[in-house]
Amino acid sequence: MIERIRFGSLALLVMASAGALAAETPAGLMARYAQEAGVPVSALSAARGAALYRTDHPGRDGEPVRCASCHTDKPNQPGRTRVGKRIEPLAPAANPQRFTDVAKVEKWFRRNCQDVLQRECSAQEKGDFIAWLSQVK
Amino acid sequence: MNYLLRGIGVLATVGVVGLLAFSLPSGEARGDGGGDTLPQLKNKNWQQECASCHLAYAPAFLPKSSWRRVMGGLERHFGENASLDPATQADILRFLEANAADSGTSRMGNKVMQRMAANEAPLRITDTRWFVRKHDEVARATWSRKSVGSAANCAACHQRAEKGIFDEHDIRIPK
Repeated sequence: MIERIRFGSLALLVMASAGALAAETPAGLMARYAQEAGVPVSALSAARGAALYRTDHPGRDGEPVRCASCHTDKPNQPGRTRVGKRIEPLAPAANPQRFTDVAKVEKWFRRNCQDVLQRECSAQEKGDFIAWLSQVK
Repeated sequence: MNYLLRGIGVLATVGVVGLLAFSLPSGEARGDGGGDTLPQLKNKNWQQECASCHLAYAPAFLPKSSWRRVMGGLERHFGENASLDPATQADILRFLEANAADSGTSRMGNKVMQRMAANEAPLRITDTRWFVRKHDEVARATWSRKSVGSAANCAACHQRAEKGIFDEHDIRIPK
């Protein structure tokens, strides 16, 4: 009986710590966004993701703005915020922390798509974006 | 003998007091962090969220009414979307209000408030009269240097700004 309780609480502890970490992976997030978009993961396009990253859009104040404005043209390099603070590289190859926390990923897509595109990004676009960045060496 | 002992005692006292005076940073000796050193504050959301784009500006630099305006307009935060989930936003605002310039919790805040008009609620720290006066000797061209970027970049010149230390001795204006 005691053994069983001990085993049970150990199992609970393991489950709880796994839940707390809840580490996502870029591939896991791609699958999630593909599902949300109603397409197979194979339909996500790194080429479209790259285009999304590099294309200029009219910003709120009329100045052209794009992802690379802050993240630079090389997403394996650190970028800079408008007030000069370092942004860690976006590409998982250079920064393994990227695309491992769904809340953080959603927060930044919400903010930055609004800033760059003046709208939210679609699930397909988010999937394409991660597909491309996952390929960057 | 008595005089000798008393002399040693006096010397020892002077020595200890002197050592203390020189070894403690002036701010800490005054208890609240002193005029140019901010109290060391801890709030996970404030540090994590605000500092992902800029220095986590100390709450003592603006009054509560200003922080309410800042936190109420995060969708358009100085031209950028800095929106947060409601729980995080509320937690940060509570922290900012509790330690704001007019909360009476820091000497820095008192100095900021001394120059604040009654109904003033500036959105920018750089718009407070206290800030403008403190930086009146800095030329406009210095602010726009590439190494500085803008007046929002405290740490460009205040070497230990991230630790809340704004002492004059820590200032190095980059070329």
